[in-house]
Amino acid sequence: MPAAILGRKIGMTRMFTDDGKNIPVTVISAGPCFVTQVKTTETDGYSAVQIAMEDVKARRSTMAVMGHDAKAGVAPKRLHREIRMEDDAEASQYSLGQEIGVAALEGLKFVDVIGTSKGKGFAGTMKRHHFKGLCASHGTERKHRSPGSIGSHGTDRGHGAKIKKGKRMAGQLGNERVTIRSLDLVSIDPENNLLLVKGAVPGPRSGIVFVRTPTRLYKSKARKQAGGE
Amino acid sequence: MATATTPTASSRDLQKIVESVVAKQVKPAAELPDLQIGDTLDVHCRIIEGEKERIQIYQGVLIAMRGAGINRMITVRRIVANEGVERIFPLHSPRIAKIDIVRRSDARRAKLFYLRQRVGKSRRLRDQRRGLGREEQTAPAPAAE
Repeated sequence: MPAAILGRKIGMTRMFTDDGKNIPVTVISAGPCFVTQVKTTETDGYSAVQIAMEDVKARRSTMAVMGHDAKAGVAPKRLHREIRMEDDAEASQYSLGQEIGVAALEGLKFVDVIGTSKGKGFAGTMKRHHFKGLCASHGTERKHRSPGSIGSHGTDRGHGAKIKKGKRMAGQLGNERVTIRSLDLVSIDPENNLLLVKGAVPGPRSGIVFVRTPTRLYKSKARKQAGGE
Repeated sequence: MATATTPTASSRDLQKIVESVVAKQVKPAAELPDLQIGDTLDVHCRIIEGEKERIQIYQGVLIAMRGAGINRMITVRRIVANEGVERIFPLHSPRIAKIDIVRRSDARRAKLFYLRQRVGKSRRLRDQRRGLGREEQTAPAPAAE
């Protein structure tokens, strides 16, 4: 059963482990979430559970959302996310209005965290793709940060003077959905609805994050998990 | 704590939560000596060698402090075999068993990085109690600096 929860990033700090190691942790305030919809193959063609977090004033919501949440017997919520389930049996373990707290992640060693990265606006290739730029001197004028040549006629696409598709260039950087896989789950505090995750998490403080069971662990982490259990 | 999860929560509110998480790891003020820049310190470090644990004392001059709360770091400089060595300790690390103040000196600035350029006698700091001479009279400096 994939456990997942919505939350907000609170900030980062450091922690000392029992053996004196100093690890960076991100504090996430997660949940409590409520199940607002259970989707089954019969009704929707696939199985999923929708969870929602954070009350919102009725006048800030819409009639549609209010009605949707009222069906689950909860107050109008600000955030709704869907968790895909394997099959209907799994989805039907959840009931409308059921509360999901951080305790749902109990027992997990690793989690995936999904968030929206900080927007950096329109960025050049040096910042966006870590290009090296051009020479500082040797006659370079006004193009120290330019990407250089972007290729001549599209060699891998037959004829025509077109640039190769997917060529890395300047453009929007950040403000996109980012998934950080296999982060160590350091601790869970059900009393204060807090999660501590090792390492950084995308997005600004107060940014919305989605924490879930890891879909596919990095190899080293998988070995660690196998060895530990 | 529910309020802190709203998008309008101020960064100060968020910081409070972050601090509360690590509050029990921060050593209480009573446990730590009142450190001042220029102090000569004995830092008792726990060293773990396999199963055994022992304490090693690192003595040197406190030349910088930075960070707040659990992020507090102290930079301690000493001279080993005529070579300057600086170690940066996380003040609240459980690996630091104890910190003793050996000698207190006059320091007129918050960072004593100028000591890095000093050689020989000028490397010493003025003792707070009776001027520069004091140190020579009492202890013929087994103390590093």
